[in-house]
Amino acid sequence: MSILSYLLGSRKKTASVAKERLQIILAHEHNGRGAPDYLPAMKQEIMAVIAKYIEIDVDKIHVNLDRQDEVAVLELNVVLPEMQVQGKS
Amino acid sequence: MAKVIVVTSGKGGVGKTTTSASFATGLALQGHKVAVLDFDVGLRNLDLIMGCERRVVYDFVNVINQEATLKQALIKDKHCDNLYILPASQTRDKDALTVEGVERVIDELKESFDYIVCDSPAGIEKGAIMALYFADEALVVTNPEVSSVRDSDRILGMLSAKSRRAEKGESPVKEHLLVTRYSPKRAKNGEMLSVADVQEILNVPLLGVIPESEVVLQASNAGAPAIHQNGSDVSEAYGDAIARFLGEERPMRFTTEKPGLLQRLFGG
Ligand SMILES: Nc1ncnc2c1ncn2[C@@H]1O[C@H](COP(=O)(O)OP(=O)(O)O)[C@@H](O)[C@H]1O
Ligand SMILES: [Mg+2]
Repeated sequence: MSILSYLLGSRKKTASVAKERLQIILAHEHNGRGAPDYLPAMKQEIMAVIAKYIEIDVDKIHVNLDRQDEVAVLELNVVLPEMQVQGKS
Repeated sequence: MAKVIVVTSGKGGVGKTTTSASFATGLALQGHKVAVLDFDVGLRNLDLIMGCERRVVYDFVNVINQEATLKQALIKDKHCDNLYILPASQTRDKDALTVEGVERVIDELKESFDYIVCDSPAGIEKGAIMALYFADEALVVTNPEVSSVRDSDRILGMLSAKSRRAEKGESPVKEHLLVTRYSPKRAKNGEMLSVADVQEILNVPLLGVIPESEVVLQASNAGAPAIHQNGSDVSEAYGDAIARFLGEERPMRFTTEKPGLLQRLFGG
């Protein structure tokens, strides 16, 4: 930042960044709110089972519990490496 | 019917004790009978802010353990006739407050007071849950800053899951947002979250905005709640919040910058 712009008081407008970050993290945290206590352990085990059969990064496996008013949907999203899909068929 | 109000935030140092002292005092100045309870076991501070630290004989834990009666432990405020303080214990035993014990104290207070204001400790652990457990209404004290907003969101989750009203399936705790330590100038310059941002993110009705002010430090130095600093912005802002709490409609103030000298002279 130049001395001139500093003197003119044009400091970084960081509040909008703060707002955006908060909205994202809170939406994420609300998803987990009220989730059953067993969920983290169950996620771990499901991921371990998949990793046993398929060589895959754990970060390619997403286990999510989505809750609507009446129903909860357990969503399992696995991005398989292409080679292995061909190998099995 | 007596009302239990918790002053809570999750995060420490945001202004819960400052608010508890001024809010309780303001309600008392409006003629209500008010008891203000310090739930911060081990870190008693409300007595200092209220200026009654030299008169503490018995505390909250003594009453729970039946080593003293409530009447013996309650300290009469030196400025208001109908305001009483129940100081926290300085014991390090965090389990000193039990649900049954606190319930007994609150039930007894309800017989002779209109409002019971509970100053919560920081955190989302047992102490904070104990302070909010019996609440009918909650003042969620939030600074315009990321960690305070996130922690307030956590405490809102606790209010809707861990309070007695939630456990019993009764109507939920009524939530009020109080934004404190606010600098309109910094918000305007985009350096600080604005009141509108905080309110949009937390989605709780806004009860008031308390500006950042040196008056609060002066008040705590003197041991008289900031609301007694007549004519100051902080005193006016707490007054507005209390009036709204009691059902009066008042326009929000202290959300925009005060006009500077040049602006006042030349308009614009
Ligand atoms: N509106 C305000 N303006 C300036 N300082 C404030 C304001 N509200 C609180 N403070 C200061 O912030 C600090 C923490 O306040 P306190 O009420 O003890 O917070 P908490 O009880 O949430 O930990 C104290 O030093 C207090 O004087
Ligand atoms: Mg405090």
